[in-house]
This record gives sequence, C-alpha cells and structure tokens, in this order.
Amino acid sequence: MKITTAITKGVLIVKVIGEFDMHGADCFREAVDEYLNNMGIKDVIIDLEEVQFIDSSGIGVILGRYKKIMHLKGKICLVGVQDPVKKLLELSGVLKILNIYDSEIEAVSCL
Amino acid sequence: MQIKNQVKISLQSLSENIGIARLVAATFSAQAEFTLNEVEEIKVAISEAVSNAVIHAYEKSDEIVELIFNLYIDKVEYIIIDHGKGIADIVEARKPSYSSDPERMGLGFAFMESFMDELEISSELGKGTTVRLVKKISNHDIH
Repeated sequence: MKITTAITKGVLIVKVIGEFDMHGADCFREAVDEYLNNMGIKDVIIDLEEVQFIDSSGIGVILGRYKKIMHLKGKICLVGVQDPVKKLLELSGVLKILNIYDSEIEAVSCL
Repeated sequence: MQIKNQVKISLQSLSENIGIARLVAATFSAQAEFTLNEVEEIKVAISEAVSNAVIHAYEKSDEIVELIFNLYIDKVEYIIIDHGKGIADIVEARKPSYSSDPERMGLGFAFMESFMDELEISSELGKGTTVRLVKKISNHDIH
C-alpha cells in the first residue's frame, strides 16, 4: 500500500493506493498523525479511489483518525469509495459518521 | 469427505504477510465456483484471521502462522493456526466491538462470521489458537 499526501486550502488530502490492511494501517496512522500533531492540520479528506480492499484494521485506523480529528474540532470525510470497500464501511457502521463525496473538489467545498 | 486439493503454508508473523495469505486464499478459492463477491468475502475473512494471529497471538515477529486450505466437492475450508498466547475468553472475543486496542474496532470475528458459512475457534492459553473457516460452494463444479 502506498500513501500520498497534499494540502489544498488548508485541508490534508491523503490518497491511499493498494490494499488497506494492518500493514498499511501503520503507515497511514504515522502519515496522518504527523500532520495532525505537528503541522496544525485539522481537516482531512481520505481518498480511497484506488483502494479495492479494506479490512477491520484499515477501518479501525480511519476511525481512530476520526476520533482524533473530532477532538481537534476538525472535519474528516472520504472520497472515491469503491463498492467492495463501501460494503465493509457500511457493515462496520462507519458511514453513519463519515460522509462520502465523489471527488476531492466536492469534498473540499463541503468541509 | 474426500479432500480434492490441499495447500499448507507457513508464514512468519509479520504484517507484510497478511496480503500474501489473502492472495494464496483467493488463488486457491478460484478452483471452486465462487463469485467475485464471494472471493472478496473470503479475502476479508482470511485477512482478519491472519491479522489476529499477527497482532494478538505473538509479541515477537519471528513466530509462525500456519495456513491449511482444503478443497472439498461442496466447500472450501480455511484453517489458520498460531502457537501464541491463546484467547482467554472466546465468547467475549467473538462479540463485535471487543478489542484490546482502542484503534481497533473488534470487528475481526464479526466479519469472519458474516462472510463465511462456518467459524470455529479453539484456543488454549499459552498454547495458541486455531480458527477454522468454511465457505460452501453453491455450484459444485470444480475446475
């Protein structure tokens, strides 16, 4: 799994590429927490367009960032969620608390 | 019932190997008439079982997780074995939201249960845990 990060209008956009499992979850946590802890970022968009697989470790680390961002009074959302991933997010109840947008542009304007 | 094919592999208990376990499970499952959706479900269940072994069973990464996959005419059986610390209370561990780590959702066994037709867990403290998962083949034609 690979992660790329970019900042647009003060919002961190984290793009995840590959299979989002326990191995990728550690990289994701480190990458996002660096921005949250040390760079004053509070709003995050997670781009899952290139993720075809996620398990409870991937969902757990997203939920962990959600809790952290709520504590910072920031905002977090998902974009480009593919059907197999969406099914698991729904089952886990994460979609009750996280919004999904079709594109990063739409997400940035809604945050 | 007669086994039509079997694969046994041993993996070092590293998170890098969870993807390998999924890949082997998906490839092995391709011999059965599973739909793409069913193969995706199998991958999630295997990922959860092997992740549990890597996260919870061992404190060191140089231990071994064993996988045995058995193909039968009407089902595929996936057995995941670790020789780690074991689960103190299996009933409690199977409950959704049970987790020893706040970053984890405790959904591992819930996903395994949702996506597979059978889930059996046997565990002994200090000896290890064996998880047996079964996915039934609705169309019995084997390639």
